[in-house]
Amino acid sequence: MLDHILSGDRPRSRILAALLLAAFVCLALAPFLFPGTKALGVAARICIFIVLAASYDIVLGYTGIVSFAHAMFFGIGAYGVAIALNQMEVGWLAIGVGVVCALAISAVLATLIGFISLRLRALFFSMVTLAFASFALIVATQLRDLTGGEDGLTFSLPRMLSPGFRLLAEPLFGVRIDGRVITYYLVFAAATVLFLLMLRIVNSPFGRVLQAIRENEFRAQALGFSIVLHRTLAGVIGALMATLAGALLAIVLRYNGPAASMSFEIMVDSILLMTVVGGMGTLYGPMLGAIIIVLAQYYLQPGMALLSGVLTGIPILPRLFNPDRWLLWLGVLFVVIVYFFPTGLVGRLRERARTD
Amino acid sequence: MDELLKLSGVVTHIGSYHILHGVDLSVRRGRVTMLLGRNGAGKTTTLRSIMGLWKPRAGSIVFDGTPIGTLDTPDIARLGIAYVPETMGIFSQLTVGENMKLAATTARFNAARLDDVFRFFPILKTKWNDRAGLMSGGQKQMLAVARAIVENRRLMIIDEPTKGLAPAVIDQLIACLLELKARDTTILLVEQNFHMAQSVGDDVAVMDNGRVVHTGTMAALARDTELQTRLLGLSLAAHQ
Repeated sequence: MLDHILSGDRPRSRILAALLLAAFVCLALAPFLFPGTKALGVAARICIFIVLAASYDIVLGYTGIVSFAHAMFFGIGAYGVAIALNQMEVGWLAIGVGVVCALAISAVLATLIGFISLRLRALFFSMVTLAFASFALIVATQLRDLTGGEDGLTFSLPRMLSPGFRLLAEPLFGVRIDGRVITYYLVFAAATVLFLLMLRIVNSPFGRVLQAIRENEFRAQALGFSIVLHRTLAGVIGALMATLAGALLAIVLRYNGPAASMSFEIMVDSILLMTVVGGMGTLYGPMLGAIIIVLAQYYLQPGMALLSGVLTGIPILPRLFNPDRWLLWLGVLFVVIVYFFPTGLVGRLRERARTD
Repeated sequence: MDELLKLSGVVTHIGSYHILHGVDLSVRRGRVTMLLGRNGAGKTTTLRSIMGLWKPRAGSIVFDGTPIGTLDTPDIARLGIAYVPETMGIFSQLTVGENMKLAATTARFNAARLDDVFRFFPILKTKWNDRAGLMSGGQKQMLAVARAIVENRRLMIIDEPTKGLAPAVIDQLIACLLELKARDTTILLVEQNFHMAQSVGDDVAVMDNGRVVHTGTMAALARDTELQTRLLGLSLAAHQ
Protein backbone atom coordinates (compact mmCIF):
# COMPACT_ATOMS: atom_id res chain seq x y z
CA MET A 1 0.00 0.00 0.00
CA LEU A 2 2.68 2.48 1.11
CA ASP A 3 4.84 1.28 -1.75
CA HIS A 4 2.01 2.09 -4.16
CA ILE A 5 1.48 5.55 -2.65
CA LEU A 6 5.20 6.29 -2.97
CA SER A 7 5.24 4.89 -6.54
CA GLY A 8 7.79 2.29 -5.48
CA ASP A 9 10.32 5.03 -4.66
CA ARG A 10 11.26 4.07 -1.12
CA PRO A 11 13.57 6.30 0.94
CA ARG A 12 16.20 3.49 0.83
CA SER A 13 17.71 4.60 4.16
CA ARG A 14 16.32 4.02 7.64
CA ILE A 15 17.47 7.41 8.88
CA LEU A 16 15.93 9.11 5.89
CA ALA A 17 12.68 7.17 6.33
CA ALA A 18 12.56 8.21 9.99
CA LEU A 19 13.25 11.87 9.12
CA LEU A 20 10.59 11.91 6.41
CA LEU A 21 8.04 10.24 8.66
CA ALA A 22 8.78 12.67 11.49
CA ALA A 23 8.48 15.62 9.07
CA PHE A 24 5.18 14.31 7.71
CA VAL A 25 3.70 13.77 11.18
CA CYS A 26 4.86 17.21 12.38
CA LEU A 27 3.37 18.90 9.33
CA ALA A 28 0.14 16.90 9.52
CA LEU A 29 -0.36 17.88 13.16
CA ALA A 30 1.31 21.31 13.00
CA PRO A 31 -1.72 23.34 14.22
CA PHE A 32 -1.92 21.10 17.31
CA LEU A 33 1.80 20.55 17.95
CA PHE A 34 2.96 24.11 17.27
CA PRO A 35 0.13 26.50 18.10
CA GLY A 36 0.54 30.13 17.18
CA THR A 37 0.27 32.22 14.06
CA LYS A 38 3.99 32.31 13.29
CA ALA A 39 4.49 28.55 13.67
CA LEU A 40 1.48 27.82 11.46
CA GLY A 41 2.78 30.27 8.88
CA VAL A 42 6.19 28.57 8.89
CA ALA A 43 4.58 25.13 8.53
CA ALA A 44 2.50 26.35 5.58
CA ARG A 45 5.58 27.88 4.00
CA ILE A 46 7.44 24.57 4.41
CA CYS A 47 4.61 22.72 2.61
CA ILE A 48 4.66 25.24 -0.24
CA PHE A 49 8.43 25.20 -0.62
CA ILE A 50 8.48 21.40 -0.58
CA VAL A 51 6.32 21.50 -3.71
CA LEU A 52 8.37 24.32 -5.22
CA ALA A 53 11.78 22.73 -4.58
CA ALA A 54 10.56 19.29 -5.69
CA SER A 55 9.19 20.81 -8.90
CA TYR A 56 12.60 22.40 -9.51
CA ASP A 57 14.20 19.02 -8.92
CA ILE A 58 12.21 17.62 -11.87
CA VAL A 59 13.99 20.21 -14.02
CA LEU A 60 17.44 20.31 -12.42
CA GLY A 61 17.81 16.89 -10.82
CA TYR A 62 16.05 14.74 -13.37
CA THR A 63 17.13 16.42 -16.60
CA GLY A 64 20.33 18.17 -15.53
CA ILE A 65 19.37 21.60 -16.87
CA VAL A 66 19.86 24.74 -14.79
CA SER A 67 16.91 27.08 -15.11
CA PHE A 68 16.69 30.46 -13.42
CA ALA A 69 13.08 30.95 -14.49
CA HIS A 70 11.50 28.77 -11.83
CA ALA A 71 10.68 31.65 -9.49
CA MET A 72 8.95 33.30 -12.45
CA PHE A 73 6.48 30.40 -12.64
CA PHE A 74 6.05 30.54 -8.87
CA GLY A 75 5.28 34.25 -9.19
CA ILE A 76 2.85 33.69 -12.05
CA GLY A 77 0.84 31.31 -9.83
CA ALA A 78 0.81 33.81 -6.97
CA TYR A 79 -0.13 36.71 -9.26
CA GLY A 80 -2.84 34.61 -10.91
CA VAL A 81 -4.69 34.19 -7.62
CA ALA A 82 -3.91 37.73 -6.40
CA ILE A 83 -5.07 39.46 -9.57
CA ALA A 84 -8.20 37.30 -9.90
CA LEU A 85 -9.23 37.95 -6.30
CA ASN A 86 -8.61 41.67 -6.84
CA GLN A 87 -10.43 41.97 -10.13
CA MET A 88 -13.30 39.53 -9.57
CA GLU A 89 -15.80 38.96 -6.81
CA VAL A 90 -14.04 37.22 -3.92
CA GLY A 91 -14.82 33.52 -3.97
CA TRP A 92 -13.68 30.07 -5.05
CA LEU A 93 -14.51 30.88 -8.67
CA ALA A 94 -12.01 33.74 -8.65
CA ILE A 95 -9.32 31.45 -7.19
CA GLY A 96 -10.13 28.79 -9.82
CA VAL A 97 -9.98 31.29 -12.68
CA GLY A 98 -6.71 32.73 -11.35
CA VAL A 99 -5.11 29.31 -11.05
CA VAL A 100 -6.26 28.14 -14.50
CA CYS A 101 -5.07 31.36 -16.20
CA ALA A 102 -1.72 31.16 -14.39
CA LEU A 103 -1.28 27.52 -15.40
CA ALA A 104 -2.04 28.36 -19.03
CA ILE A 105 0.47 31.24 -19.07
CA SER A 106 3.14 29.10 -17.39
CA ALA A 107 2.58 26.22 -19.80
CA VAL A 108 2.95 28.50 -22.81
CA LEU A 109 6.07 30.21 -21.44
CA ALA A 110 7.71 26.92 -20.37
CA THR A 111 7.04 25.41 -23.80
CA LEU A 112 8.43 28.51 -25.49
CA ILE A 113 11.57 28.48 -23.33
CA GLY A 114 12.01 24.77 -23.96
CA PHE A 115 11.73 24.82 -27.71
CA ILE A 116 13.66 28.07 -28.18
CA SER A 117 16.55 27.35 -25.91
CA LEU A 118 16.97 23.64 -25.19
CA ARG A 119 18.80 23.22 -28.46
CA LEU A 120 21.40 25.63 -27.08
CA ARG A 121 24.32 24.65 -24.90
CA ALA A 122 23.60 24.40 -21.17
CA LEU A 123 25.17 27.77 -20.31
CA PHE A 124 23.16 29.63 -22.95
CA PHE A 125 19.99 27.90 -21.85
CA SER A 126 20.56 29.18 -18.32
CA MET A 127 21.16 32.69 -19.69
CA VAL A 128 17.90 32.57 -21.67
CA THR A 129 15.94 31.49 -18.57
CA LEU A 130 17.58 34.30 -16.61
CA ALA A 131 16.49 36.78 -19.28
CA PHE A 132 12.91 35.49 -19.14
CA ALA A 133 12.91 35.73 -15.32
CA SER A 134 14.27 39.30 -15.38
CA PHE A 135 11.72 40.32 -18.00
CA ALA A 136 8.86 38.84 -15.94
CA LEU A 137 10.06 40.69 -12.84
CA ILE A 138 10.13 43.98 -14.77
CA VAL A 139 6.63 43.34 -16.12
CA ALA A 140 5.37 42.57 -12.61
CA THR A 141 6.77 45.81 -11.21
CA GLN A 142 5.80 48.02 -14.17
CA LEU A 143 2.18 46.95 -14.68
CA ARG A 144 1.09 48.77 -11.55
CA ASP A 145 -2.63 48.85 -12.39
CA LEU A 146 -2.75 45.08 -12.64
CA THR A 147 -0.05 43.85 -10.26
CA GLY A 148 0.25 46.67 -7.74
CA GLY A 149 3.85 47.30 -8.81
CA GLU A 150 6.51 47.11 -6.10
CA ASP A 151 3.84 47.35 -3.38
CA GLY A 152 2.06 44.24 -4.62
CA LEU A 153 -1.56 43.30 -4.04
CA THR A 154 -3.49 42.55 -0.87
CA PHE A 155 -6.83 40.79 -1.18
CA SER A 156 -9.55 38.99 0.72
CA LEU A 157 -10.16 35.26 0.63
CA PRO A 158 -13.41 33.30 0.60
CA ARG A 159 -15.06 33.48 4.02
CA MET A 160 -14.10 29.93 4.95
CA LEU A 161 -10.40 30.83 4.67
CA SER A 162 -10.56 34.14 6.55
CA PRO A 163 -9.18 34.21 10.13
CA GLY A 164 -12.55 35.23 11.55
CA PHE A 165 -14.33 32.09 10.33
CA ARG A 166 -15.02 29.39 12.95
CA LEU A 167 -15.64 25.86 11.74
CA LEU A 168 -16.30 24.45 15.22
CA ALA A 169 -17.85 26.30 18.13
CA GLU A 170 -15.53 24.65 20.64
CA PRO A 171 -11.74 24.27 20.35
CA LEU A 172 -10.45 20.85 19.30
CA PHE A 173 -7.59 19.60 21.54
CA GLY A 174 -7.25 23.18 22.71
CA VAL A 175 -6.95 24.61 19.20
CA ARG A 176 -9.58 26.86 17.66
CA ILE A 177 -10.47 25.51 14.19
CA ASP A 178 -10.66 28.81 12.32
CA GLY A 179 -9.99 29.99 8.81
CA ARG A 180 -6.22 29.94 9.35
CA VAL A 181 -6.26 26.26 10.31
CA ILE A 182 -8.54 25.44 7.36
CA THR A 183 -6.18 27.35 5.05
CA TYR A 184 -3.24 25.41 6.47
CA TYR A 185 -4.90 22.06 5.87
CA LEU A 186 -5.86 23.13 2.35
CA VAL A 187 -2.18 23.88 1.70
CA PHE A 188 -1.01 20.69 3.43
CA ALA A 189 -3.44 18.50 1.45
CA ALA A 190 -2.54 20.18 -1.85
CA ALA A 191 1.20 19.88 -1.12
CA THR A 192 0.84 16.19 -0.23
CA VAL A 193 -1.12 15.41 -3.38
CA LEU A 194 1.27 17.41 -5.60
CA PHE A 195 4.37 15.82 -4.06
CA LEU A 196 2.97 12.30 -4.52
CA LEU A 197 2.00 13.19 -8.07
CA MET A 198 5.57 14.33 -8.79
CA LEU A 199 6.85 11.11 -7.23
CA ARG A 200 4.56 9.22 -9.61
CA ILE A 201 5.84 11.22 -12.58
CA VAL A 202 9.55 10.70 -11.90
CA ASN A 203 9.00 6.98 -11.33
CA SER A 204 6.93 6.54 -14.49
CA PRO A 205 8.44 5.43 -17.81
CA PHE A 206 8.64 9.14 -18.67
CA GLY A 207 10.73 9.75 -15.55
CA ARG A 208 13.06 6.89 -16.46
CA VAL A 209 13.62 8.47 -19.87
CA LEU A 210 14.50 11.76 -18.15
CA GLN A 211 17.05 9.95 -15.99
CA ALA A 212 18.43 8.20 -19.05
CA ILE A 213 18.81 11.52 -20.87
CA ARG A 214 20.53 13.05 -17.84
CA GLU A 215 23.02 10.19 -17.73
CA ASN A 216 23.74 9.67 -21.40
CA GLU A 217 22.15 11.95 -23.99
CA PHE A 218 23.66 10.18 -27.00
CA ARG A 219 22.52 6.78 -25.86
CA ALA A 220 19.00 7.98 -25.07
CA GLN A 221 18.76 9.50 -28.54
CA ALA A 222 20.00 6.27 -30.09
CA LEU A 223 17.13 4.49 -28.33
CA GLY A 224 14.71 6.82 -30.11
CA PHE A 225 14.00 9.45 -27.44
CA SER A 226 13.89 13.12 -28.40
CA ILE A 227 15.99 15.15 -25.97
CA VAL A 228 14.30 18.48 -26.67
CA LEU A 229 10.78 17.04 -26.42
CA HIS A 230 11.38 15.24 -23.14
CA ARG A 231 13.27 18.11 -21.54
CA THR A 232 10.59 20.56 -22.64
CA LEU A 233 7.89 18.34 -21.17
CA ALA A 234 9.85 18.09 -17.91
CA GLY A 235 10.21 21.89 -17.92
CA VAL A 236 6.46 22.33 -18.45
CA ILE A 237 5.59 19.88 -15.65
CA GLY A 238 8.03 21.63 -13.29
CA ALA A 239 6.61 25.02 -14.26
CA LEU A 240 3.00 23.93 -13.67
CA MET A 241 3.87 22.55 -10.23
CA ALA A 242 5.71 25.76 -9.34
CA THR A 243 2.67 27.77 -10.49
CA LEU A 244 0.40 25.76 -8.18
CA ALA A 245 2.86 26.31 -5.33
CA GLY A 246 2.72 30.05 -6.07
CA ALA A 247 -1.08 30.00 -5.93
CA LEU A 248 -0.89 28.34 -2.50
CA LEU A 249 1.57 31.01 -1.31
CA ALA A 250 -0.81 33.80 -2.31
CA ILE A 251 -3.65 32.10 -0.41
CA VAL A 252 -1.53 31.76 2.74
CA LEU A 253 -0.13 35.31 2.64
CA ARG A 254 -3.33 36.97 1.37
CA TYR A 255 -0.82 39.19 -0.42
CA ASN A 256 1.53 38.98 -3.37
CA GLY A 257 4.33 41.19 -4.59
CA PRO A 258 7.53 40.81 -6.60
CA ALA A 259 9.70 40.23 -3.52
CA ALA A 260 7.33 37.64 -2.08
CA SER A 261 7.26 35.26 -5.00
CA MET A 262 9.27 36.32 -8.02
CA SER A 263 12.56 37.73 -6.80
CA PHE A 264 16.03 36.43 -7.60
CA GLU A 265 16.45 35.79 -3.85
CA ILE A 266 13.57 33.28 -3.96
CA MET A 267 15.25 31.56 -6.92
CA VAL A 268 18.74 31.30 -5.43
CA ASP A 269 18.38 31.56 -1.64
CA SER A 270 15.42 29.24 -1.52
CA ILE A 271 14.70 27.06 -4.55
CA LEU A 272 18.25 26.32 -5.68
CA LEU A 273 19.60 26.06 -2.14
CA MET A 274 16.88 23.66 -1.00
CA THR A 275 17.35 21.38 -3.99
CA VAL A 276 21.15 21.26 -3.76
CA VAL A 277 21.30 20.92 0.04
CA GLY A 278 18.68 18.16 0.11
CA GLY A 279 20.07 16.23 -2.84
CA MET A 280 19.24 16.57 -6.52
CA GLY A 281 17.39 13.89 -8.43
CA THR A 282 15.71 12.39 -5.38
CA LEU A 283 12.56 14.49 -4.70
CA TYR A 284 12.93 13.54 -1.03
CA GLY A 285 16.06 15.70 -1.01
CA PRO A 286 14.29 18.95 -1.89
CA MET A 287 11.68 18.02 0.72
CA LEU A 288 14.33 17.86 3.45
CA GLY A 289 16.11 20.89 1.97
CA ALA A 290 12.91 22.94 2.09
CA ILE A 291 12.33 22.05 5.74
CA ILE A 292 15.91 22.92 6.75
CA ILE A 293 16.15 26.18 4.82
CA VAL A 294 12.72 27.52 5.82
CA LEU A 295 13.39 26.68 9.46
CA ALA A 296 16.78 28.40 9.18
CA GLN A 297 15.21 31.45 7.54
CA TYR A 298 12.72 31.82 10.39
CA TYR A 299 14.52 30.52 13.46
CA LEU A 300 18.26 30.99 12.88
CA GLN A 301 18.08 34.72 13.68
CA PRO A 302 16.12 34.38 16.95
CA GLY A 303 18.25 31.35 17.85
CA MET A 304 21.39 33.41 17.37
CA ALA A 305 19.94 36.24 19.47
CA LEU A 306 19.39 33.73 22.25
CA LEU A 307 22.90 32.31 21.86
CA SER A 308 24.44 35.77 21.73
CA GLY A 309 22.71 36.64 25.02
CA VAL A 310 23.96 33.46 26.69
CA LEU A 311 27.52 34.17 25.55
CA THR A 312 27.58 37.74 26.90
CA GLY A 313 30.84 38.43 28.68
CA ILE A 314 32.89 36.07 26.57
CA PRO A 315 35.14 37.93 24.07
CA ILE A 316 34.26 37.88 20.33
CA LEU A 317 31.60 35.12 20.50
CA PRO A 318 28.55 37.35 21.21
CA ARG A 319 29.50 39.51 18.22
CA LEU A 320 30.11 36.45 16.08
CA PHE A 321 26.63 35.19 16.84
CA ASN A 322 25.00 38.60 16.57
CA PRO A 323 21.54 37.99 15.07
CA ASP A 324 22.31 40.46 12.28
CA ARG A 325 24.89 37.95 11.01
CA TRP A 326 22.30 35.17 10.43
CA LEU A 327 22.73 35.31 6.67
CA LEU A 328 26.46 34.76 7.10
CA TRP A 329 25.79 31.61 9.14
CA LEU A 330 23.20 30.45 6.63
CA GLY A 331 25.93 30.78 3.99
CA VAL A 332 28.38 28.84 6.19
CA LEU A 333 25.74 26.12 6.67
CA PHE A 334 25.31 25.90 2.88
CA VAL A 335 29.08 25.66 2.24
CA VAL A 336 29.52 23.01 4.94
CA ILE A 337 26.65 20.88 3.57
CA VAL A 338 27.84 21.14 -0.03
CA TYR A 339 31.43 20.33 1.02
CA PHE A 340 30.66 17.37 3.24
CA PHE A 341 27.58 16.12 1.37
CA PRO A 342 28.23 16.77 -2.33
CA THR A 343 25.33 14.50 -3.26
CA GLY A 344 23.08 16.31 -0.78
CA LEU A 345 21.73 15.03 2.49
CA VAL A 346 19.59 12.34 0.88
CA GLY A 347 22.40 11.20 -1.40
CA ARG A 348 24.73 10.88 1.60
CA LEU A 349 22.16 9.01 3.69
CA ARG A 350 21.52 6.57 0.84
CA GLU A 351 25.24 6.01 0.27
CA ARG A 352 25.63 5.29 3.95
CA ALA A 353 22.71 2.85 3.91
CA ARG A 354 24.29 1.03 0.94
CA THR A 355 27.65 0.63 2.63
CA ASP A 356 26.18 -0.48 6.00
CA MET B 1 20.26 -10.39 -51.85
CA ASP B 2 19.35 -6.69 -51.62
CA GLU B 3 20.98 -3.91 -49.64
CA LEU B 4 19.34 -2.82 -46.41
CA LEU B 5 21.81 0.00 -45.76
CA LYS B 6 23.92 1.86 -48.28
CA LEU B 7 26.46 4.60 -47.63
CA SER B 8 27.77 6.54 -50.62
CA GLY B 9 30.63 9.05 -50.38
CA VAL B 10 29.94 9.86 -46.72
CA VAL B 11 32.13 12.69 -45.43
CA THR B 12 32.12 13.47 -41.69
CA HIS B 13 34.02 16.05 -39.67
CA ILE B 14 34.30 16.11 -35.89
CA GLY B 15 35.03 19.69 -34.99
CA SER B 16 37.97 20.72 -37.14
CA TYR B 17 39.03 17.09 -37.76
CA HIS B 18 38.17 15.52 -41.09
CA ILE B 19 37.51 11.87 -40.18
CA LEU B 20 35.55 10.22 -43.00
CA HIS B 21 36.77 11.01 -46.51
CA GLY B 22 33.97 9.45 -48.57
CA VAL B 23 32.82 6.13 -47.17
CA ASP B 24 31.07 3.69 -49.50
CA LEU B 25 29.54 0.76 -47.70
CA SER B 26 26.72 -1.72 -48.27
CA VAL B 27 25.03 -3.90 -45.68
CA ARG B 28 23.04 -6.73 -47.20
CA ARG B 29 19.76 -7.88 -45.72
CA GLY B 30 19.96 -10.92 -43.46
CA ARG B 31 23.76 -10.95 -43.31
CA VAL B 32 26.40 -10.02 -40.76
CA THR B 33 28.75 -7.39 -42.17
CA MET B 34 32.05 -6.92 -40.34
CA LEU B 35 33.64 -3.48 -40.40
CA LEU B 36 37.35 -3.89 -39.74
CA GLY B 37 40.33 -1.56 -39.71
CA ARG B 38 43.19 -0.20 -37.68
CA ASN B 39 42.53 2.07 -34.71
CA GLY B 40 41.59 5.52 -35.96
CA ALA B 41 40.48 4.27 -39.37
CA GLY B 42 37.00 5.77 -38.88
CA LYS B 43 34.91 2.71 -37.96
CA THR B 44 33.16 4.20 -34.93
CA THR B 45 32.66 7.51 -36.75
CA THR B 46 30.99 5.59 -39.58
CA LEU B 47 28.57 3.95 -37.15
CA ARG B 48 27.86 7.24 -35.42
CA SER B 49 27.29 8.93 -38.76
CA ILE B 50 24.73 6.26 -39.66
CA MET B 51 22.95 6.91 -36.36
CA GLY B 52 23.00 10.68 -36.92
CA LEU B 53 25.06 11.31 -33.79
CA TRP B 54 27.57 13.07 -36.03
CA LYS B 55 25.99 14.57 -39.11
CA PRO B 56 27.71 13.84 -42.43
CA ARG B 57 28.72 16.93 -44.42
CA ALA B 58 28.41 15.14 -47.74
CA GLY B 59 27.32 11.84 -49.22
CA SER B 60 24.18 9.83 -48.69
CA ILE B 61 23.01 7.21 -46.22
CA VAL B 62 19.99 5.20 -47.36
CA PHE B 63 18.22 2.72 -45.10
CA ASP B 64 15.77 0.41 -46.85
CA GLY B 65 15.11 3.02 -49.52
CA THR B 66 14.79 5.94 -47.06
CA PRO B 67 17.51 8.63 -46.98
CA ILE B 68 18.45 9.03 -43.31
CA GLY B 69 21.54 11.24 -43.55
CA THR B 70 19.67 14.36 -42.44
CA LEU B 71 17.33 12.75 -39.93
CA ASP B 72 17.71 13.25 -36.18
CA THR B 73 19.01 10.30 -34.16
CA PRO B 74 15.67 9.44 -32.47
CA ASP B 75 13.95 9.32 -35.87
CA ILE B 76 16.68 7.01 -37.21
CA ALA B 77 16.36 4.73 -34.18
CA ARG B 78 12.59 4.59 -34.62
CA LEU B 79 13.06 3.20 -38.13
CA GLY B 80 14.16 0.00 -36.39
CA ILE B 81 17.91 0.42 -36.02
CA ALA B 82 19.43 -0.71 -32.73
CA TYR B 83 22.82 0.71 -31.80
CA VAL B 84 25.16 -0.77 -29.20
CA PRO B 85 27.96 1.76 -28.74
CA GLU B 86 31.56 0.94 -27.88
CA THR B 87 31.16 2.41 -24.41
CA MET B 88 28.13 0.18 -23.74
CA GLY B 89 26.00 3.21 -22.91
CA ILE B 90 23.93 1.57 -20.26
CA PHE B 91 22.16 3.79 -17.75
CA SER B 92 23.94 3.06 -14.50
CA GLN B 93 21.43 4.75 -12.19
CA LEU B 94 18.55 2.65 -13.50
CA THR B 95 17.93 -1.02 -12.77
CA VAL B 96 18.54 -3.74 -15.34
CA GLY B 97 14.79 -4.04 -15.85
CA GLU B 98 14.39 -0.28 -16.35
CA ASN B 99 17.25 -0.28 -18.86
CA MET B 100 15.48 -3.01 -20.79
CA LYS B 101 12.11 -1.26 -20.65
CA LEU B 102 13.64 1.89 -22.16
CA ALA B 103 14.58 -0.15 -25.22
CA ALA B 104 11.09 -1.57 -25.66
CA THR B 105 8.63 0.31 -27.85
CA THR B 106 5.59 -1.28 -26.19
CA ALA B 107 4.57 -1.27 -22.55
CA ARG B 108 4.93 -5.06 -22.28
CA PHE B 109 7.84 -7.17 -23.43
CA ASN B 110 7.38 -9.89 -25.99
CA ALA B 111 7.56 -12.89 -23.64
CA ALA B 112 9.29 -15.18 -26.13
CA ARG B 113 11.87 -12.52 -26.93
CA LEU B 114 12.54 -11.89 -23.24
CA ASP B 115 12.98 -15.63 -22.72
CA ASP B 116 15.57 -15.55 -25.49
CA VAL B 117 17.41 -12.71 -23.74
CA PHE B 118 17.47 -14.64 -20.46
CA ARG B 119 18.62 -17.78 -22.27
CA PHE B 120 21.52 -15.89 -23.85
CA PHE B 121 22.38 -13.97 -20.68
CA PRO B 122 20.93 -15.70 -17.58
CA ILE B 123 22.68 -13.24 -15.25
CA LEU B 124 20.33 -10.47 -16.39
CA LYS B 125 17.36 -12.34 -14.95
CA THR B 126 18.96 -12.64 -11.52
CA LYS B 127 20.05 -8.99 -11.56
CA TRP B 128 16.77 -7.67 -13.00
CA ASN B 129 16.06 -5.36 -10.05
CA ASP B 130 19.69 -4.37 -9.37
CA ARG B 131 21.20 -1.08 -10.45
CA ALA B 132 23.00 -1.53 -13.75
CA GLY B 133 25.94 0.56 -12.56
CA LEU B 134 26.80 -2.08 -9.97
CA MET B 135 27.39 -4.82 -12.57
CA SER B 136 30.74 -5.94 -13.99
CA GLY B 137 31.96 -4.76 -17.40
CA GLY B 138 30.95 -8.04 -19.05
CA GLN B 139 27.49 -7.94 -17.53
CA LYS B 140 27.05 -4.34 -18.68
CA GLN B 141 27.97 -5.38 -22.21
CA MET B 142 25.45 -8.22 -22.03
CA LEU B 143 22.82 -5.71 -20.96
CA ALA B 144 23.75 -3.38 -23.82
CA VAL B 145 23.37 -6.21 -26.35
CA ALA B 146 20.23 -7.52 -24.63
CA ARG B 147 18.64 -4.10 -25.00
CA ALA B 148 19.26 -4.24 -28.72
CA ILE B 149 17.66 -7.65 -29.13
CA VAL B 150 14.72 -7.39 -26.75
CA GLU B 151 12.62 -6.44 -29.76
CA ASN B 152 12.91 -7.39 -33.38
CA ARG B 153 15.08 -4.77 -35.10
CA ARG B 154 15.59 -4.35 -38.80
CA LEU B 155 19.28 -3.60 -38.36
CA MET B 156 21.64 -3.99 -35.41
CA ILE B 157 24.77 -1.85 -35.28
CA ILE B 158 27.27 -3.07 -32.70
CA ASP B 159 30.59 -1.39 -31.92
CA GLU B 160 33.35 -3.63 -30.50
CA PRO B 161 31.20 -5.69 -28.12
CA THR B 162 34.11 -7.83 -26.93
CA LYS B 163 36.45 -5.00 -25.98
CA GLY B 164 38.01 -5.72 -22.60
CA LEU B 165 35.83 -8.74 -21.88
CA ALA B 166 36.80 -12.15 -20.47
CA PRO B 167 36.88 -15.10 -22.94
CA ALA B 168 33.86 -16.76 -21.30
CA VAL B 169 31.77 -13.64 -21.81
CA ILE B 170 32.97 -13.36 -25.41
CA ASP B 171 31.80 -16.92 -26.05
CA GLN B 172 28.36 -16.01 -24.69
CA LEU B 173 28.19 -13.01 -27.02
CA ILE B 174 29.29 -15.12 -30.00
CA ALA B 175 26.58 -17.69 -29.24
CA CYS B 176 24.02 -14.92 -29.07
CA LEU B 177 25.11 -13.34 -32.37
CA LEU B 178 25.20 -16.74 -34.11
CA GLU B 179 21.62 -17.42 -33.11
CA LEU B 180 20.55 -13.97 -34.30
CA LYS B 181 22.38 -14.63 -37.55
CA ALA B 182 20.53 -17.93 -37.94
CA ARG B 183 17.27 -15.95 -37.72
CA ASP B 184 18.38 -13.74 -40.66
CA THR B 185 19.00 -10.67 -38.49
CA THR B 186 20.94 -7.98 -40.32
CA ILE B 187 23.97 -6.87 -38.32
CA LEU B 188 26.75 -4.35 -38.91
CA LEU B 189 29.53 -5.20 -36.49
CA VAL B 190 32.80 -3.45 -35.70
CA GLU B 191 35.15 -5.91 -34.07
CA GLN B 192 38.87 -6.26 -33.37
CA ASN B 193 38.59 -9.81 -32.08
CA PHE B 194 39.34 -12.09 -35.04
CA HIS B 195 37.81 -15.15 -33.38
CA MET B 196 34.48 -13.36 -33.19
CA ALA B 197 34.84 -11.75 -36.62
CA GLN B 198 35.51 -15.11 -38.26
CA SER B 199 32.80 -16.86 -36.25
CA VAL B 200 29.91 -14.56 -37.11
CA GLY B 201 30.92 -12.49 -40.17
CA ASP B 202 29.45 -13.10 -43.65
CA ASP B 203 30.68 -9.99 -45.43
CA VAL B 204 33.56 -7.69 -44.60
CA ALA B 205 34.53 -4.10 -45.27
CA VAL B 206 37.98 -2.89 -44.28
CA MET B 207 38.51 0.80 -43.54
CA ASP B 208 41.70 2.83 -43.66
CA ASN B 209 42.16 6.56 -43.27
CA GLY B 210 38.45 7.35 -43.41
CA ARG B 211 37.63 5.24 -46.48
CA VAL B 212 36.51 1.68 -47.20
CA VAL B 213 39.51 0.12 -48.97
CA HIS B 214 38.33 -3.46 -49.33
CA THR B 215 35.02 -5.31 -49.49
CA GLY B 216 34.37 -9.02 -49.89
CA THR B 217 33.41 -12.05 -47.88
CA MET B 218 34.74 -12.73 -44.42
CA ALA B 219 35.69 -16.24 -45.43
CA ALA B 220 37.91 -14.99 -48.26
CA LEU B 221 39.68 -12.51 -46.01
CA ALA B 222 40.18 -15.14 -43.31
CA ARG B 223 41.93 -17.39 -45.82
CA ASP B 224 44.24 -14.72 -47.27
CA THR B 225 46.92 -13.79 -44.72
CA GLU B 226 48.76 -11.63 -47.25
CA LEU B 227 45.62 -9.54 -47.78
CA GLN B 228 45.11 -9.31 -44.03
CA THR B 229 48.65 -8.03 -43.51
CA ARG B 230 48.30 -5.51 -46.33
CA LEU B 231 44.93 -4.20 -45.17
CA LEU B 232 45.18 -4.45 -41.42
CA GLY B 233 48.91 -4.37 -40.82
CA LEU B 234 48.98 -7.83 -39.27
CA SER B 235 47.68 -11.34 -39.68
CA LEU B 236 44.23 -11.72 -38.08
CA ALA B 237 45.25 -15.10 -36.69
CA ALA B 238 47.86 -13.35 -34.57
CA HIS B 239 45.26 -10.92 -33.28
CA GLN B 240 42.82 -13.08 -31.39
